[in-house]
Amino acid sequence: MNPIPNRFDLSASQARCRRMRRRILGIARNLTALHIGGSFSCLEVVDTLYHGLMRRAEDGRFRDTFILSKGHGAIAQYAVLEELKILNPEDLDRYCLPSGRLGTHPDRGLPGIEASTGSLGHGLGMGGGMALHDKVFREDRVTYVVMSDGELQEGSVWEMVLQAPALRLNTLVAFVDSNNLQSMGFTSETHPNLYPIKDKLVSFGWEVAVVDGHDQAAIFEAVSTRSGEAPFFVVCNTTKGKGVSYMENQLMWHYRSPNAEEYQQAMLELADRE
Amino acid sequence: MRDTFSRVLHAVAKAVPKVFIVVADISPAISMGPFRAEFAERFLNVGVSEQSMISLCAGMAMRGCRPFAYTIAPFTIYRPFEQIRVELCYQNLPVVLVGTGAGVTYSTLGGTHNAFEDVAVMSSLPNMSVLAPCDPKELEAAVWACMTLNGPVYLRLGKAGEPVLTEEAPEPFQFGKVRCIKNGSDLCILGYGPILSLAWEAARQYEARQGGSVAIYSAHTLKPLDTAGITRLLSRFRRVVVLEEHSAMHTLGGQVKQLAWDARSDATIATLTLKDEFIHLYGPKEDLLRAHGITLESLLACCQGNVS
Repeated sequence: MNPIPNRFDLSASQARCRRMRRRILGIARNLTALHIGGSFSCLEVVDTLYHGLMRRAEDGRFRDTFILSKGHGAIAQYAVLEELKILNPEDLDRYCLPSGRLGTHPDRGLPGIEASTGSLGHGLGMGGGMALHDKVFREDRVTYVVMSDGELQEGSVWEMVLQAPALRLNTLVAFVDSNNLQSMGFTSETHPNLYPIKDKLVSFGWEVAVVDGHDQAAIFEAVSTRSGEAPFFVVCNTTKGKGVSYMENQLMWHYRSPNAEEYQQAMLELADRE
Repeated sequence: MRDTFSRVLHAVAKAVPKVFIVVADISPAISMGPFRAEFAERFLNVGVSEQSMISLCAGMAMRGCRPFAYTIAPFTIYRPFEQIRVELCYQNLPVVLVGTGAGVTYSTLGGTHNAFEDVAVMSSLPNMSVLAPCDPKELEAAVWACMTLNGPVYLRLGKAGEPVLTEEAPEPFQFGKVRCIKNGSDLCILGYGPILSLAWEAARQYEARQGGSVAIYSAHTLKPLDTAGITRLLSRFRRVVVLEEHSAMHTLGGQVKQLAWDARSDATIATLTLKDEFIHLYGPKEDLLRAHGITLESLLACCQGNVS
């Protein structure tokens, strides 16, 4: 496998993530609702992937693949793609509007979008298929898949958790955004036996790292130092609604937009400190 | 049909480097020995994991592959239905879903192993094509046709030992067109799949008893349906009998009647299908078909106009 060429600039990523949270808040303000909590919990992971881990081909296009299996977090991916100038600002301005092309969930074929998701439990299998292709036809690519923790309740995920190590899909790298909140409550309350997640995955044959999912340096370090001798899984401990105090770990911010007062407070909390 | 499929897929894989097959723990795939010997890396048995069978095919298709997913029909399409809908149809990926033992082929295995709503279910999905060849020769042409399509296909197979019905067919196989496999002028039997062997038997008996001649058409492409071709049949024949090893719900017979209405056709249309019912009967396939109401006699009655 080729080394990861990009140097990863932590402070630049931190500034980007603040800027992207403000951008998402601005979009949310104009809508009745948006999956803000879950997009804020995975933002550092998505940013680190695109700016640090995913390699580009000589023509500038990404050679490695990103699948947002937790499709409801698409606004995080859109914000990153806007920063990368793969999507236009007008695209995000028209998010979920009839005049635009971006919906709540990613649509394959739009710039930067490799898979249509939204229904949970599909991304890991499709990513596995890509990794299988690359293994059989000897293409040097890595497939990254980001899932939610609620998604780990889908049986299809466990079919592939069982399958990928057996097939030695060692270019498959999965993340779980373990924010412990799903639509109707705490994941650890509805499914206490899911934990510790790491132990289950290790027993199925994955190489596993557990990181603070808001620590870009830790994410970058974990993925770039993996052995490559097994499919790799990163359990990202995260906070739903990360970055805005009143949203953090609050169920109601799974799918909601801020009012004017809430918006002002959030923008203050996310202001650049320099 | 299973052995023909194995042989043809091997030939296809020689011609198309990115053909890949994923099977889900079925013994019919054992006949794929020559394919596996030559293309070991392009054959995968995922075990009893139909959802990942489809998802792996989807991912490979997203990288430019032409994957086939192959198991017993109900397991090919019912268990991983949402993978088919979201990953294959919504993304419009060229994956061929091969279902063996469709209809009530597995007549001793019970309803879990039958698929007689499959054409209706698969046809309801946007972007999906549905193919049901009537014999091994038509299957061969259908597999090659799959390679020309840019979206998902459901390829509906029987089991093994089906007779060849199209050796002297007046018309060649053409994707999306009904195909005359036996000339005739008095009436037309239109159907799909290996049950058309019953149409041949009925045609012979009808001709022997009453004289005249019976045409047989294979509607091997159920989606996209050849609406123009069927409309022509409705104007050419005063009686059209639709024969299906499929329940009567939302499939060919109903569509033929709809086309007849649209065309103000005065043809008489009779449909002979399986019942909308799980029948708990185990034995030879003929017995199960009889319990569903499909026999040589009932088909002849349709041909003679004794049933509408």
